[in-house]
Amino acid sequence: MLQLQEAGFSYGGRDILTDVSLDVAPGSFYFLTGPSGAGKTTFLRLCYQALMPTRGIVRILDRDVRGLEREDITQIRRRIGVVHQDCKFVDHLSMAENIKMPLQVSGRSSELDDASFRDLVSWVGLSAHMDALPDELSSGERQRAALARAVVMSPDLILADEPTGNLDWEMAQKILRLLIELNKMGKTVIIATHDLQLIRTAKSKVPARVLRIANNKVQLAGADL
Amino acid sequence: MKKLYVFLGNLTDISIGDFSADKVVPPSGYTAYLTSFTAGAMAFLAVFAMALSLATGRLADRWSGELARTSTVRISAPEGQMLAQLDAVVNVLETTTGIASARVMTDDEQRRLLEPWFGPDLPLENLPIPRLVEVLEESKGPDMEGLRLRLSAEAPGAVLDDHTRWRRPLVAAASRLRSLGAIAILLIAGSTAAMITLAAQSALAANGQVISVLRLVGARDVYIARAFVRRFTMRALLGAIIGTTLGMVAILFLPSAAEEGAFLTGLGFEGWYWMWPLLIPPLAALVAFWATRTAAFRALARIS
Repeated sequence: MLQLQEAGFSYGGRDILTDVSLDVAPGSFYFLTGPSGAGKTTFLRLCYQALMPTRGIVRILDRDVRGLEREDITQIRRRIGVVHQDCKFVDHLSMAENIKMPLQVSGRSSELDDASFRDLVSWVGLSAHMDALPDELSSGERQRAALARAVVMSPDLILADEPTGNLDWEMAQKILRLLIELNKMGKTVIIATHDLQLIRTAKSKVPARVLRIANNKVQLAGADL
Repeated sequence: MKKLYVFLGNLTDISIGDFSADKVVPPSGYTAYLTSFTAGAMAFLAVFAMALSLATGRLADRWSGELARTSTVRISAPEGQMLAQLDAVVNVLETTTGIASARVMTDDEQRRLLEPWFGPDLPLENLPIPRLVEVLEESKGPDMEGLRLRLSAEAPGAVLDDHTRWRRPLVAAASRLRSLGAIAILLIAGSTAAMITLAAQSALAANGQVISVLRLVGARDVYIARAFVRRFTMRALLGAIIGTTLGMVAILFLPSAAEEGAFLTGLGFEGWYWMWPLLIPPLAALVAFWATRTAAFRALARIS
């Protein structure tokens, strides 16, 4: 699914990540943790080609990202669902239009029938908000809408960058539950978070691995979490 | 050639591509009005530039055509020799190959020619005014140098004026005006492209979040660009249609001038030349398409 071999990323002469080697198997569940500014977001951005590694090899969905054309990157991104902490939407479109957008931009709108769409928004608990504009939703609702948008194309890999960062504990658990359900459907999930309580909760429900970023390196965390 | 195919392909996309892409660009904003207003104003000016160019073109052709087929013989002679020299000149002209006719201008005709300078009551018979002979040439025309030699031999007071001396600068001036009209149209097209580029860049910058969301959900650059390109092309087309219509109406209702203002009268369109301004809206749309497309792809290339 995702392989990194001695991959690294530098910006402005400063190393953000160095010597990252990792092999993420399909269907696995990973947490990525570390203090703010450690490089969690950079790691995820390398995973969906918003950034290119300055060293080493990154292979995503069996494609080496070096030398990829913009068109190839677009094709790969369509197989990756991304959820950000500050989930952004097109503000003048309804939530329904925003959630369907990945299908629309890839010319696959007809592949999702109304019943399946209703199931999807019901799954994230937003059935009553489909005509609302993004600004009319709460943080938790926006986060769930972002998750629905991320999975509407049935991606192979789901990347979530601090998806519960702005949410209360109850809402954070809801988001976590949805992500665990996706993993049980066979999706590979990588969540960047500094919330150790969330990680402990997840580990009690799913065989999740935890990666810790420290000193620009990514290491598998032990049982000390 | 490949670039041309790509350009034409994208042009086709504007008409038949995914119209739902348009919705991702916010529907309003001052750039919308700016683009339509600019295109409208430029189209209005382009109509006048085109009218000027066509009118001066016609003028140049007319002057060139009319003056090229005529010449004048002016005879200045003492009173006692005038009639003899006049007869000699007419005789020479009538027997010269390439001359269709030669006609002595009457006193009334000469008085009318002088009227703008001396008034209507000029006592022509009391003044030593030269006599004029109007010469109409055949299409091939006479040998001017040979004719001059014969005239000077038969009538020493005769001077042949084939109008070249003052025809050339007039025709050159009219041709220059026609070129200036064409340059004005090119400048208008260039200014339109520049203004629409600025408006498109402004819209692209203002919609950075929309672009980043579209990129995140897997939109191709051509999809994102198309949304902006079609929006700006349509706005420019609409503005240009309004501007062109107003320009044509203004030209149509230009006050008609009398013969004295023949140049102004000619500043309209004649016959099928009224079709020419109809090219302005599609050309404005083409300029907007090219300008927005270039700006969009340049901006998207800068965004990771």
